[in-house]
Amino acid sequence: MKRVVYFRDPDALRRFVLTCIALAILWPMMQLAQFDVFALFEVSNLKVFTNFLIQFFPPNLQLSFLALVLKATLETLAMATAGIALAMLMAIPLGLIITYSLSISRIGPASGHRIAKLGRYLARMLMLLLRGIPEIVWALLLVRVFGLGPIAGVLAIAITYGGMLAKVYSEILETENTLPAKALLMLGSGRINAFLYGLLPSASQELASYTIYRWECAVRASVVMGFVGAGGLGQLMDQSMKMLNGGEVSTILIMFLLLVLLADYLSLIIRRQLA
Amino acid sequence: MKQYPAREFCLKCLITLVLIALFIVVSFVYLSFNPLALFTKQAMSDVVIYTARFFPPDLSPSFLQKVWSGVLQTLAISALATLLAAIASLFLALPAAGQFGRSAKVATRFFLNFLRSVPELVWAVLMVLAVGLGPFAGTLALALHTTGVLGRLFGETLENHSPNASQALRLAGASNTQAFIYGALPGIYSQLLSYSLYRWEMNIRMATILGFVGAGGLGQILYYELSLLHEQQASTVIMAMLILVIAVDMISNKLRRVQMHSLG
Repeated sequence: MKRVVYFRDPDALRRFVLTCIALAILWPMMQLAQFDVFALFEVSNLKVFTNFLIQFFPPNLQLSFLALVLKATLETLAMATAGIALAMLMAIPLGLIITYSLSISRIGPASGHRIAKLGRYLARMLMLLLRGIPEIVWALLLVRVFGLGPIAGVLAIAITYGGMLAKVYSEILETENTLPAKALLMLGSGRINAFLYGLLPSASQELASYTIYRWECAVRASVVMGFVGAGGLGQLMDQSMKMLNGGEVSTILIMFLLLVLLADYLSLIIRRQLA
Repeated sequence: MKQYPAREFCLKCLITLVLIALFIVVSFVYLSFNPLALFTKQAMSDVVIYTARFFPPDLSPSFLQKVWSGVLQTLAISALATLLAAIASLFLALPAAGQFGRSAKVATRFFLNFLRSVPELVWAVLMVLAVGLGPFAGTLALALHTTGVLGRLFGETLENHSPNASQALRLAGASNTQAFIYGALPGIYSQLLSYSLYRWEMNIRMATILGFVGAGGLGQILYYELSLLHEQQASTVIMAMLILVIAVDMISNKLRRVQMHSLG
């Protein structure tokens, strides 16, 4: 007896059309991205790249170079810490301005409602501008004002993370229990007092732990920012990459991975202590 | 109702706070950076003069066209990279979830962790060496990093998914591949898709800056114009970046709300 196998897919037509549409979108995209798999296997490219990779082993462990790497690592850590400290200085007032639960004008009909609304709107726009532009773009721009080196990096972190922290601070303050602050405001206390006595006690732990988390992100970001000349490990890596010195690059990469692990670990410890 | 009793005096917290403050001060000293120096007249006027050079932005049609093609290229880089990474992760998820034994699991996890820990920009520099300047290098760089992230997420999803369906298929004689495709994939498909879309959103942001090392997209135009001291053109590009990032943010927020709504 002949056995007939039917592959009949009830959804065949739809699947076929969807595949066609997907291909129709994919093709121009691949053109745009100059997708060219063969470039990977071009002899000249392959030679440069494999030579570079072979140099990765062994990593460069000369004492003089290690001292350089260590200095850059400390610089990176310092950049992240200083950047976050400045970001907090920016984020606290901005965050307090836009927090609805601290708004006096929203409690009832008040004369300053329009002005307060405008102020809050402007603060929100400013924050959007600060955090909408990636930190490395800020670094690239600031390097031209403050010169090559870590100061541009610190300021870039301060600007971007200031915007981010302000947004998250206000979100945290709005999702916590806002009744104590509201009660204080209604009894006539000022915004600062309502914040200090009404919101901060219950929200402080979350605020601190988010800030620490952002510090961890800042460590990662400050490594990358060196590629536009903003100091730290990234700048060192950029130099070694340009000279195609694989041994140095691999040392820096290992150091970078260790640094990220250390930041992870530190932030975990501090956050656990806060809990 | 939660009660908040008055805090007791806590030496440990005090020490932590002092240590953190010390750490911050030491950082500023180490960098020999005095933030107050930013508010001197000289520094302020430097910043104002520099900022003024960015205005007005260059809005001539020919340059706008160039920026638009940069935006499209950025989107293409991020989408292709996410797609490549999702496909690669689908294959890596199986060993990462421990379906091929313990040693394969450890090895795959290590590999994925490595891919993930190297930042996109470093991958981009390496890929520029490997395939030359251009958006293809950016695509590969993003794909490598994203594979590290998605591979782990996919693997964890697969691991947490109940194995009953694929086990039943296997017992009925299906091969491993068939058991995965018909048993596990339908159950985790939507989760994988949502992870991929989330990564795509992040990759769009990343693709805008990969150009700084020559890997295509908007960043390359920005870097080029800034190197030529064309600040007015650069400010157009920055505005395009800002609009792109904000638009992606809004769309993804809206989609997330719709999704949450439909889930109840």
